[in-house]
Amino acid sequence: MNNDEPLGGDVNAVLSIAEERKKEMRDNWSARLTSLAETRDKAVFASLFDYFAPRLKAYITRLGMPPATAEEVAQEAMLSVWRKAHMFNAEKASASTWIFTLARNLCIDRMRREKAVEYELPEEEPDPEQRDQGEHLILEERMRDAIATLPENQAQVLHLSYYEGKSHSEIADQLGIPLGSVKSRLRLAFSKLKAHWGEEE
Amino acid sequence: MNISHHFDDATLMAYASGSLPQGMALLVACHLHWCPHCRQRLAEAEAIGGALLAQIEPMSLKADALKSVMDRLDLEEEIPLPQIRPVQTATDLPAPLHHYLQTNLDHLPWKRLGYGVHHIDLNLKGPGATRLLKIAPGVSVPHHTHAGNELTLILRGSYTDEFGRFSAGDVADLDGEVKHQPIVDTDQDCICLIATDAPLKFTGLMGRLVQPFIGL
Ligand SMILES: [Zn+2]
Repeated sequence: MNNDEPLGGDVNAVLSIAEERKKEMRDNWSARLTSLAETRDKAVFASLFDYFAPRLKAYITRLGMPPATAEEVAQEAMLSVWRKAHMFNAEKASASTWIFTLARNLCIDRMRREKAVEYELPEEEPDPEQRDQGEHLILEERMRDAIATLPENQAQVLHLSYYEGKSHSEIADQLGIPLGSVKSRLRLAFSKLKAHWGEEE
Repeated sequence: MNISHHFDDATLMAYASGSLPQGMALLVACHLHWCPHCRQRLAEAEAIGGALLAQIEPMSLKADALKSVMDRLDLEEEIPLPQIRPVQTATDLPAPLHHYLQTNLDHLPWKRLGYGVHHIDLNLKGPGATRLLKIAPGVSVPHHTHAGNELTLILRGSYTDEFGRFSAGDVADLDGEVKHQPIVDTDQDCICLIATDAPLKFTGLMGRLVQPFIGL
């Protein structure tokens, strides 16, 4: 919890207002991305760029790309956001999850130096429990909070896997632990995070 | 398709984080093509990536980055990436593998490995090996253990081992100390895609089969 949280008064009310505001913020990213597809409004794109491009650059850098490449791929990823905005579906993912997958795919292509090919998945059957846009945002918010509460050794393997793109074997070598321990830590982390995901149902 | 064996959570997390070797990623994509259950689980694993992206410490871009990208928006023609659509062809292969092989299982240049066993090396880059294996009815693969991770996707036919019965669409997601002895349990060949991440030597199902015959 932040140290600058006001003391006294109704702390819970203050917290829930802060939560609401954070949620609205993120609500905006998914809503803005959806509207970008419809309006092709460059001001909307610029606001998405301001928020996501520096995060993408940080992510790509941690994946091990040299700084100049990270800069270039971050810009390329934002161009993909512009090009592919019509493919974003707020019922399936939040804006940051969708943008994460775009950047991840670009990085994989870079590393393999191969022509980018995407395998389009079959259209899903209409899901009676389809989540609406707001739900994804709440879930993501919860997931972020839950990540912060993971034990250090689980957070560590999560970061090495997602931020640094290390394989299970590479993580095992780096930490000097058996492959099985890497996987069981990841599984434990996933099941904790999934518990938050499932709470809505 | 009636799928009863799925990926380990850790495998889907590796796929979501982009850290799987190419062959294993291809195999995961194939199963995802067939399995709505794992697609849902993958969405959860990707949401972890989304949450991590949102909370990463941002890093400034060059001062003119926004401007140079904005300039490119106008020049942007619609150059969509090639999309591999899941077309229903005469093939029983999942689209990603069909795209890779460009033919179906019956027209492949199978190479004989030994009694009742044929294979094809997909020659993918990266650590590990990715192969198609065709095992004749009644043939049993000797007891073996795995070093590293080994994924098997059944494409046609079925086999039974200590973990149960595996038929088309099922995956066996095994690692480390696992010992098993699959036996093809119908009168049809069992064809599977196998991908490992073992960097140095072939191990597991493939190793036992391949090593004695080609002396790897
Ligand atoms: Zn599955």
